[in-house]
Amino acid sequence: MTKQLESLGRFSLFVWNSLLWLFRKPYRWRLITDEILFIGNESLYIVSLAAFFTGAVFAYQSWLAFVMVGTDSMVGATVSLALVREMGPVMTGLVVTGRAGAAMAAQIGNMRVTEQIDALEVMAVSPLQFLVSPKLVAGTISLPLLTAIFGMVGNLGGYVVAVWVCGVDPGIYISKLKYFMDPWDFYHGLIKSGFFGFLLTAIGCYSGYRAKNGAQGVGKATNDAVVSGFIVILVLDYFLSILVPTGVRVQ
Amino acid sequence: MNDQDVALEFKEVWKKFSNSATPTLAGMSFQVRKGSIHVLLGHSGAGKSVTLKHFLGLIVPDEGHIFVKGQDIGKCGDVELTRLRKTFGMLFQNSALFDGLDVLENVAFPLREHRREMREEEIVRRVEDLLESVELRNIVQKMPSELSGGMRKRVGLARAIALGPEILLFDEPTTGLDPETARVIDDLIVSTTRRLKATSLIISHDIHASLRIADFVSMIWEGRIIETASPADFVKSRDPVVKQFLESAGVTAVSNAGKL
Repeated sequence: MTKQLESLGRFSLFVWNSLLWLFRKPYRWRLITDEILFIGNESLYIVSLAAFFTGAVFAYQSWLAFVMVGTDSMVGATVSLALVREMGPVMTGLVVTGRAGAAMAAQIGNMRVTEQIDALEVMAVSPLQFLVSPKLVAGTISLPLLTAIFGMVGNLGGYVVAVWVCGVDPGIYISKLKYFMDPWDFYHGLIKSGFFGFLLTAIGCYSGYRAKNGAQGVGKATNDAVVSGFIVILVLDYFLSILVPTGVRVQ
Repeated sequence: MNDQDVALEFKEVWKKFSNSATPTLAGMSFQVRKGSIHVLLGHSGAGKSVTLKHFLGLIVPDEGHIFVKGQDIGKCGDVELTRLRKTFGMLFQNSALFDGLDVLENVAFPLREHRREMREEEIVRRVEDLLESVELRNIVQKMPSELSGGMRKRVGLARAIALGPEILLFDEPTTGLDPETARVIDDLIVSTTRRLKATSLIISHDIHASLRIADFVSMIWEGRIIETASPADFVKSRDPVVKQFLESAGVTAVSNAGKL
């Protein structure tokens, strides 16, 4: 237990110091945009692919259940609510952890074991400011944007399957969706994804930063980043779902 | 030695790592004279790299004081430490070039960070001059992975001297190189130190090269300095550990007399 608390303390200090470096000159705007490009733009294809098929399969399974009780008109609203509130932020978080979080841990871990981080310090450049802070900002900005795209593409996948495969009436599909959706459902997902983006980036960077023992250590850091990222996203999602307001309507 | 003649100093420094039963540094004390080339010799795992990292503030001692140009770095804040680090240049054992940057960007890195007033053409010209000074030409576009071990060391040296440092640190600069390339790197270290009028602290276990290039040689044993002397006096040391170290490398006072 003491060890876990120590680790948590070290992680918190690491994140806190990285945040403080954001406000010290020189400001690293260029690095932030580069990281947004890496975390956001380069994740676009895989996030879109995951979104389309998540929406598609969820629509199909929902239709199978709803059709048994004659409420297949609810497929659109169900798919959309689930996508923007839960599946969008969580799935995007998991996909980006697997892609960008792992890559960050590997990059920083490799720099640690090959003394490139020491080289930065010797050249009077803060590794936290140069390597970590820009990634934290980029992760926090990119995840909500990717989540919004996940929601749109996922809804498209759900519509295609519900209307073209299962035969749900397109007018009813859209009208129910509009009736049951509220802007706060959308905001709920975006706020959660901002937290996920910040944390998955922090975990990826921290795992890499503490890597040791050569290539094996880099592999372990990458593994730690992905496993910890997944667990934190899933656990945190539960608590944020309770704390962050939604557009839920009590009929 | 007068205090003003001292560039670097360890005073009774102790350091023990949590995964080690014995202290790595056990009350180590030594001084490095300004403008000299000082080699720190010792077996693998003797604490040589740890000693270098203490001077840069990358490792904090458990006890004792470390002075850089008379300033106790234990009492330095972040800003002071950053200012002091700008006076250092360091060549790492594996060169520590940034994998993702080509040679031009690697050497230009400290200039872009700390000479923000320099225009792009000035930076490129300065990088070419730096590479020329380490006898490298037409490689600015190459990535570190495309360079040989010797070339990587030279690019690392060019980067280390980019800001005109007063103190140069070398962590096993010739490890893993063939004898001919190692000799070229040794000669570059000497010529660069003299040209910049810098102070160089080199850690090594290559006794022959050390005796050839050093002004002073120190030997680490069990976390302490057991001998510091000029190369000529070092080979005559009566310390049994030094004698054994020299003998194991085939160095005797007589055999080495002609080389000094």
